[in-house]
Amino acid sequence: MNLIGENITYKPDDQFHLNDVSFNFKKGNLYTILGRTLSGKTTFLKTIAGLLNPDSGNLSFEDNDFIKIPVWERNVAMVYQQFINYPHLNVYDNIIFPLKQRKISEDQIKKDVEEALKTVGLVGFENRKIQELSGGQQQRVALARSLAKKAKILLLDEPLVNLDYKLREQLREEFKRIFTQGLSEDTILIYSTTDPQEVMELNGEVIVLDEGKVLQKGPAKEIFENPRTLKVAEISNDPPMNILKGTKSSEKLNFENILIKSPPHFKNLSDQSYNFGIRASEIKLDNQGEEFEIELAEISGSETLLHLKKGESNVIALIEEVMNFKIHEKVKIKFNENKLYAFDQNEELVSSPYGVSHG
Amino acid sequence: MEKLYKFLKYTFIILWTVFIVAPFLWAISTSFKDFQSVNSKVTYIPWLDFEPTLEGWRVLVKSPARGGVDIVEPYFNSLFVTCTASLISIVLGTLAAYALSRFTFKAGFVRNNDITFFFISQRIMPPIVLSIPFFIFLSTIGLLDSLIGLVVVYIVLLMPIAVWIMVDFFNRVPKELDETALIDGCNPYQAFYKVVLPNSIPGLIVAGMFCIIFGWIDFFFAFILTFTEVQLLPVKVVALNSSITPWWSLSASALISVAPLIIVAFVVERYLSKGNLSGALK
Repeated sequence: MNLIGENITYKPDDQFHLNDVSFNFKKGNLYTILGRTLSGKTTFLKTIAGLLNPDSGNLSFEDNDFIKIPVWERNVAMVYQQFINYPHLNVYDNIIFPLKQRKISEDQIKKDVEEALKTVGLVGFENRKIQELSGGQQQRVALARSLAKKAKILLLDEPLVNLDYKLREQLREEFKRIFTQGLSEDTILIYSTTDPQEVMELNGEVIVLDEGKVLQKGPAKEIFENPRTLKVAEISNDPPMNILKGTKSSEKLNFENILIKSPPHFKNLSDQSYNFGIRASEIKLDNQGEEFEIELAEISGSETLLHLKKGESNVIALIEEVMNFKIHEKVKIKFNENKLYAFDQNEELVSSPYGVSHG
Repeated sequence: MEKLYKFLKYTFIILWTVFIVAPFLWAISTSFKDFQSVNSKVTYIPWLDFEPTLEGWRVLVKSPARGGVDIVEPYFNSLFVTCTASLISIVLGTLAAYALSRFTFKAGFVRNNDITFFFISQRIMPPIVLSIPFFIFLSTIGLLDSLIGLVVVYIVLLMPIAVWIMVDFFNRVPKELDETALIDGCNPYQAFYKVVLPNSIPGLIVAGMFCIIFGWIDFFFAFILTFTEVQLLPVKVVALNSSITPWWSLSASALISVAPLIIVAFVVERYLSKGNLSGALK
């Protein structure tokens, strides 16, 4: 009864858009596709919707071969990153469009639309023209249309990416509420994004996609705590996880001539070269620490991002207050060794502060 | 500075308006004059300078036997040919343009752009190049000197315009709009006429306007492909001779020839300012 994909490959030109992707999505669950731009997220969703047919592989839903069913009979709903609505219809007619297509009774339509408008907070906007709405409101209409449809598969393709910062925060909160309350047990929700924070907040099952390939699958917490490879660690953190090439010898870690005490969770690692990973938030200003030069300082919201350099190593530090720095100024920082990751030369995770839970 | 700019701007606009409108006013006033008012002295304002009469207009509808020129039949011929050819061109052109914009065609080395260029190339050629082929073609199928033959020829001339404008228009309609319609339960045909078409009205109006204008003003093909049976308005008007037909009737015929274009321009202007697709994307 699930949505099952087996070895789906799509290669329209000399590049893989999807490369041997398999999955098993259960009803009533939220799945997030995390990946950078052009990693195949949209292709993934379009394949499920039926807008694209894969070159090889199987896709089945409720024990039917989904690939044989055309888009318009699949009963899926999709919200695009561009705010796609029907510009010639007003808000109400936009939302009832798919319902009328499916010949649902007038009374039921009325009820469904009211409910959907309430969920997205657009009651009273029924007769507005689409062009008169702000970006955020347009995206709400698109979401309402998808919700009112009560599709069994709901696809959201980076729905927040074109909104400004503040609206994004607000709508993200609402999405969380809508997804936890407003969806029936019958629905499979698939949400794609480039933003690791969105993934953590939505807290569903995560699929990390890169160049059309699934790098890792698992609950959001698992992806955050134990990124299986260096690449996953980069994709699933914003700012990306800092990677420092170094060596471990006895009880010391050495990178860029910085010596750090080896943390307890590294005790089983053999003495050799590693890629050490550390999150930007685990680097703190500390007068006892190592000296780095500031290359760039950006203030975002209530935080300051410091791009630091020493020798060949670049690190990004996240300071949780707004501070003014001069470029090329020297600052001293300290790494929190208890939150260090170690990846081997094949870029596979060998040790994490949360314990490696796989082989 | 601001004031000077405004002053210059409005002066220019007023002068230009006078330049454009004056001939029309002159023609309108002349068309209501009689022999006396045209030939005696310079007169401009009806009732004040001269007594207006409908004599000039009456000549247009009278048969030649009764001293008239009878442009009624050529007028309706022109209306029929222009409207029919424009309508068929728009319908076929829109369908072709949608296909060219949304689907990928491959036939040997031929791609979508080649097909689009093929359509447009029909307009790049000087019309005189087509005159002999058209003449031979129409005479072979026996449609020379007939309305249907003219409609066929005008479709060849007008459809490239429709395709050209509509391909460009559809390319600016986001593909996601069609996809959303498909996802919302429309089959491809329904997606086209329920979603894409209603949002293409501004494009259809522009394309229609160009078809009507180019169809209405064509003299060349109307001249060489007709003889006695069928006559179109431009040919008829050109054939009027000022030594036989009086000035006031010539003015009236000129006015009634441009009237449809003026009406089209006013109608279109209203639609163009109203409709836009801004809500579709971002």
